[in-house]
Amino acid sequence: MAKFSKLAFNKGELNNQLSAFFADLLEKNAVDALLAPMAQPKKGVMQTLVTSKQNLSGVDPFAPVVPVNGARLASSLTSNPSGKKIGMVLRSCEVRALVELVKLKQANLEDVVLIGLDCYGRYENTDFLKLRAAGATTEDFLENAQAGKTETDGCDVAGACKICEFPTTDNVDIRLCIFGAGQGTLLIEAVTEKGEEALQTAGRKFGDSPAGRAEAVKKITDARVAAKNAAFAEYRNSTNTFDALNERLAACINCYNCRVACPVCYCKECVFVTDTFRHKGEQYIGWASGKALKMPADTTFYHMTRITHIAAFCVGCGQCTSACPNDIDLMPIFRTSAEKAQGRFEYLAGRSLDEPQPLSIFDHDELVEVTGQVK
Amino acid sequence: MSEFEPKIVAFFCNWCTFTAADLAGTSRLTYPPNIKIIRVMCSGMVDPKYVIKAFLNGADGVLIGGCWPGDCHYINGNLKARRRVALLTELLSQYGIGPERLWLRWIAASEGTMLKEVAEQMTASIKKLGPSELNKPQAMVA
Repeated sequence: MAKFSKLAFNKGELNNQLSAFFADLLEKNAVDALLAPMAQPKKGVMQTLVTSKQNLSGVDPFAPVVPVNGARLASSLTSNPSGKKIGMVLRSCEVRALVELVKLKQANLEDVVLIGLDCYGRYENTDFLKLRAAGATTEDFLENAQAGKTETDGCDVAGACKICEFPTTDNVDIRLCIFGAGQGTLLIEAVTEKGEEALQTAGRKFGDSPAGRAEAVKKITDARVAAKNAAFAEYRNSTNTFDALNERLAACINCYNCRVACPVCYCKECVFVTDTFRHKGEQYIGWASGKALKMPADTTFYHMTRITHIAAFCVGCGQCTSACPNDIDLMPIFRTSAEKAQGRFEYLAGRSLDEPQPLSIFDHDELVEVTGQVK
Repeated sequence: MSEFEPKIVAFFCNWCTFTAADLAGTSRLTYPPNIKIIRVMCSGMVDPKYVIKAFLNGADGVLIGGCWPGDCHYINGNLKARRRVALLTELLSQYGIGPERLWLRWIAASEGTMLKEVAEQMTASIKKLGPSELNKPQAMVA
């Protein structure tokens, strides 16, 4: 049974309260280090690693921005473990990607206390900076989002967030809950024993389970699922041929930003930067004989390859779309492919650490329909 | 106008299906020349990229031939191939390349006749389907 601890805050005090809570975690050695979104001295909010409570002044975990998917950072911090216990404050898309990286043996949760957030979505990085410069605060955002409004000054949260059916974060030890918590309240939930232990060490007292949280979560999830289904149907109807796909990808310049931003693009060296794709001049001339060869070449091929590589792992964080310098909306391509691929193997990326990844297992007697042959 | 002749790229495993093709030849069985064979060591080494590249460059069909489950020279390469083909058909279907254009078949070294039959069936079925959307003389290579 999950246990909840109440964190009350006055207007404008949310981050101070959270900072005090994280200070307790550090000071009482519930964790040795903390990775959390913090306001940077000049501008922006980035994930920041701290080991002492003196450096917690910028804490701002609910700031509606995710400059990079934190699963990547968690991988950097844990694939060669430090032996230190690290608390990591991450959103649903980050934790789900991290689960996949753990299964790919590119991250390790042994010494990690995962702290998940309820998420109303994130703005694109440049939009967030613009809004911050104009004085928008995290609490304003949360208040408006609670009332169902995420759009401010012509900026809205990312397309991926609007259709994300996982607003709360699972597979974590501790959850920071805002859905259904009520005005001026944040709930700190101990999800696992590890989380409960950490909270007890930090001196948190547990109280009643909140009324109305389940309902609030359901409401927001239902709305997101409906939006997702509509967006998927729209994509599948509008992009059902290779011509249509090529048209969508027409502005691709092979910068590979989407691959770098993708938290589950797992290859250590991408085949598209190897000699395999350093074609000879005569090869290009050959391709262009009688046809028009768009340069740079191999763009659709690149995206199709990425689809086959990550369709089983894509968690729909939308960082690919955010990373594209030419405004190609890649997210629906990957999310719809992921739904198909994961559905075929009854898998859901990020759901559980115990489910084997579809292409890492196989069985003699399965998928007979692929060949349709029985001996 | 002459009848549409499909281009079918076939990846045959060295130990079973390619040997079956050899047997078909030495047995003087004929099969449609639409099947262009690429010999690979195992159906399990057919990277999804090979299949995608074939389609992007205008193949009307791709046929992967491997050993029957349990007979793989490398123990389980064919079982991995089967998972990959299942994945690929899910992904390519959205863009008009359905399972009717991407076949995986088990053909043992002794099954020269079956090789002939599969080659004939696939050629006939793709003739009926017509050319792939990507098989266009003036297509833009992507």
